[in-house]
Amino acid sequence: MTSDPASARLFPHRHLLGIEGLTPDDILQLLDMAEDAVEVSRKVEKKKTTLRGRTQINLFFESSTRTQASFELAGKRLGADVMNMSVASSSIKKGETLIDTAMTLNAMRPDLIVVRHHAAGAVGLLARKVDCSVINAGDGQHEHPTQALLDALTIRRNKGQIRGLIVAICGDILHSRVARSNLILLNALGAEVRVIGPTTLLPTGIENMGAKVFTSMREGLKDADIVMMLRLQRERMNGSFVPSVKEYFRYYGLDHEKLAVAKPNALVMHPGPMNRGVEIASDIADGAQSLIREQVEMGVAVRMAVLEALSRHLPNAEGR
Amino acid sequence: MTEHRPLLIINAELVDPVSGKAEKGALAVQQGVIAEMGHAIDVSAPPEGALVIDAKGRTVTPGFVDLRAFVGEPGAEHRETLSSASRAAAAGGVTTVVCMPDTNPPVDDPAVVDYLIRRARDTAGVNMMPSAALTKGLEGHEMTEIGLLREAGAVFFTDGAKSVANAQVMRRALTYARDFGALIVHHVEDADLSRGGVMNEGELASRLGLPGIPKAAETIMLERDIALVRLTGGKYHAASISCAESLEIIARAKDEGLDVTCGVSINNLALNENDIGSYRTFLKVSPPLRSEEDRKAMVAGVASGLIDVIVSDHNPQDVETKRQPFVDCADGAIGLETLLPVALRLVHNGDVTMAQLLRALSLRPANRIGLDRGRLQKGASADLILFDPDEPFVLDPEILHSRCKNTPFDGARLQGRVHVTLVGGRVVYEYAGGHSVHHGRKV
Repeated sequence: MTSDPASARLFPHRHLLGIEGLTPDDILQLLDMAEDAVEVSRKVEKKKTTLRGRTQINLFFESSTRTQASFELAGKRLGADVMNMSVASSSIKKGETLIDTAMTLNAMRPDLIVVRHHAAGAVGLLARKVDCSVINAGDGQHEHPTQALLDALTIRRNKGQIRGLIVAICGDILHSRVARSNLILLNALGAEVRVIGPTTLLPTGIENMGAKVFTSMREGLKDADIVMMLRLQRERMNGSFVPSVKEYFRYYGLDHEKLAVAKPNALVMHPGPMNRGVEIASDIADGAQSLIREQVEMGVAVRMAVLEALSRHLPNAEGR
Repeated sequence: MTEHRPLLIINAELVDPVSGKAEKGALAVQQGVIAEMGHAIDVSAPPEGALVIDAKGRTVTPGFVDLRAFVGEPGAEHRETLSSASRAAAAGGVTTVVCMPDTNPPVDDPAVVDYLIRRARDTAGVNMMPSAALTKGLEGHEMTEIGLLREAGAVFFTDGAKSVANAQVMRRALTYARDFGALIVHHVEDADLSRGGVMNEGELASRLGLPGIPKAAETIMLERDIALVRLTGGKYHAASISCAESLEIIARAKDEGLDVTCGVSINNLALNENDIGSYRTFLKVSPPLRSEEDRKAMVAGVASGLIDVIVSDHNPQDVETKRQPFVDCADGAIGLETLLPVALRLVHNGDVTMAQLLRALSLRPANRIGLDRGRLQKGASADLILFDPDEPFVLDPEILHSRCKNTPFDGARLQGRVHVTLVGGRVVYEYAGGHSVHHGRKV
């Protein structure tokens, strides 16, 4: 699955705004780079100098603990100076501040900006206003590319390859940028992707986006290699999209009975943070089939790979 | 400039929306109305002091009557004034504009109607006419003083960009308005069903990660309204429909003989959801751009006359409200000044004839609000435009007269240019190759 470094062209994009627009080759290149980053992260001396002298800004309009921490560590392990900016979206006039903030930050000459925003397309909008490289850390219900990459890396390390696997993405597909990015990536790498959820939580036209649609966990999980659970936001549990937590867990929560219809060696994933007892039974989350903790580790590695790949396009960088 | 100076347009291609016929000839204006026209006019001796305009073979038709434009005066003059909207209208071939009541304060009081009529008289070159709110404060609860507002000069009653959710309120308004012969114009959208939505619901919205607005949000409200018209015998116009299913509902209502008409926004005729591309906020409009099939159905509706009128849905939005992420930005696109060339696309594409287009842009909207405009007829008000239907240009938003530049046709290749606009027999706009000349209403 590893691409030949001699023939591999350089990752050609200046920004990472989504999985959409990446070729399978681009994706594999990032995964291969991430494998190296895993090695770095497992050493005592977890430091490279690729981004020495570079400034990375983590600009989060939505609060996030793990993604922001993951990007921060990734930047620091590559030697960058990392600054975190959390802009609570309630305290600002949203769009105006987005563009204004972009211009302001741009004037401080950063090299990389990592952005999370509640609005789909907002990161792309920001990327058009600045001179540096921009990484999408989640834009509304649109994309979350580094999550899909870390999921792919986790799967590949455990299953050897992605082609031919049956991956079931379960739960709130409608509101999930993780599901969208994963759907595009897994299709690009040749997996069979299923989505499972109540129809109120499935986007219109998802069947035309490369997913087999199921509304029953029992049917959808049959022979699955990977079971990917999604978080259900609390405000969507009580009658707006599903009637109650109790009913949701009964039909869509991952318990042993439902997991049993998947392949015996099926593995369970969750992008976090988890609602134990809502979408996933606690003992499954902590059990032998769970990859959830490994996903977190791969998150740092994938983000290091992305930062490194984009840094090749920075002005005056070598290899350009 | 003197009032009612005689005027003679020569070498014109006269196109009459009523007959649909084109005739080469001249047109004479006296006392602000069309005095005579045709190939038989003697152009050798124009009346004393007459202004003679050589059309050079270009087309002369009645000016357009636009039943849906958001202006911003009073309350949002930084976005648009009656004066700036009037200049945009004149340059786009529109000689009568009905302004929406979504202002601040809203047009729910006869004093505001009176104010707008005076302001238009003093500052605008084209006929800027106010519509009034259907409910007080546009809140959808209590009907406005329909009689008094109408007496003050309100053209029709509408809550503008808002829908009246309460069926009882709508029923009473339709019933009460009938006694005054007043027309009710309604934005057909179920607000609960469309809440949070920012574009057409479907695969594209799913791909972009944007919340969608289902077509049912429109058809449910339209079906409800038709049922209420059937119940009340009211006079009703659906402001702007966007999907093929709505056309079927309109067709059934018309077959039944109900007093129902409908409009379509130029945006829904010229664009579809794919034009949104990567989150272009100037294409976020209400009703949303639908699929190409829906767009084609709308165009066919104009050709068949099932759709009565085309509106500009002119809605100026500035940087503050539009330069935002797609889900956060305001609805609306400006449309007055590009109305002629964009509408002509349908003719150039062979989808509608010039006569079909002109009926939807001038004759039928004029008829619907009881104006004797929109026709080339002796004695009709000389609200006329002279245009070249084929003249090509690339739209530079900076030259637009509107105070806001939120046009979805930014940089588009368009064909068709207005050269002269007359209102009441007076020249209010002349295109002079790159720069244009506006004439105020008053000396």
